[in-house]
Amino acid sequence: MSALEEILLIAGMMVVTFGVRYSVLALSGRMEFSKHIEQALSFVPVAVLTALCVPILFKPDGFWLLSLDNSHLIAGVVSIFIAAVSRNLLLTIVLGMALFLSLHLGLF
Amino acid sequence: MNKPVSTSSHSAHSAHSARVEFFAGMRAIIPLVVGTTPFGLLFGALAISVGLSWWATMGLSLIVFAGSSQFVAAGLVGQGTSIGIIIMTTFVVNLRHALYAASLGPYLRHLSHRWLAPLAFLLTDEAYAAVIYRFEQADKSPNKHWFYFGGALLMYVNWQLWTAAGIVTGQRLQSVGDLGLEFAMVVTFIGIVVPLITHWPMLACALVSAITALMFHSLPHQLGLILAALCGIATGCAARYVSGKQATSDKKA
Repeated sequence: MSALEEILLIAGMMVVTFGVRYSVLALSGRMEFSKHIEQALSFVPVAVLTALCVPILFKPDGFWLLSLDNSHLIAGVVSIFIAAVSRNLLLTIVLGMALFLSLHLGLF
Repeated sequence: MNKPVSTSSHSAHSAHSARVEFFAGMRAIIPLVVGTTPFGLLFGALAISVGLSWWATMGLSLIVFAGSSQFVAAGLVGQGTSIGIIIMTTFVVNLRHALYAASLGPYLRHLSHRWLAPLAFLLTDEAYAAVIYRFEQADKSPNKHWFYFGGALLMYVNWQLWTAAGIVTGQRLQSVGDLGLEFAMVVTFIGIVVPLITHWPMLACALVSAITALMFHSLPHQLGLILAALCGIATGCAARYVSGKQATSDKKA
């Protein structure tokens, strides 16, 4: 990414982030979200983050890799179980990362 | 770690000075600040590993200041996504801030735009979580916005420090070679998403989002990401609608 692209990226992200926060904060005395919009927004984090992660797990190098050599997929699936059981973000990161690195660096 | 500060004695005195509110806000957010520290470090290192320059990495923290969309942006940069899609994704990821802003807005109605602008800039999940209870307390302190400002400011300063530390770490790691920092992002998101799946419409949302993300993955500029997210959200809403209907018919039966 060139320096100009980086500046555009930061400026654009700043505009949409600050834009949402500021406009709603300033206007919210006068407006209310409909229940439907509020409900749709509650699905946003799960939908976006899932869509971002899953292709990296199944296609770590840009193509399908369904095998035991795919350390992304194996460590990812195990991390999902750890997260489901522990519901602890930091524990999930530490254990998932430890497993991934041992697979990735060929420790076993 | 820290003693529970969330129920300290604000309501005991009706009107706190700006100074007292400011430092009380800082104290209230400390547990959350500690909790986000590793993510600041992780973000700095990840952004460097995907090829962002040190000043752009620092700039994202200083000027954008939105933890999860900074992670998403770094991940997308790593996959060669176009700037327009990254900005659109940032917008979608940050829509939840609209909910926080909508909930805080009525309490800040009396403030001028000189106050609202910095408070809006500093609005994060953590700041909201730490300050909303103060606004909901019944006392009529005219300085509650100082509580918000103190907490949110501490969060901001800490995020900058750890981003910088992460940049230094990332630059060191790069010379060691690819350690798979991309997976650090994936596992972070897994740790965030999985505990959010507490009812079946949310599970349906995640599954459809996952499947469609794989289906649409070959579309240019990561358009598939937005499409998949929209499919997931639509599925979640539909499932919620169906389960709501079931619940009402169960009650009737």
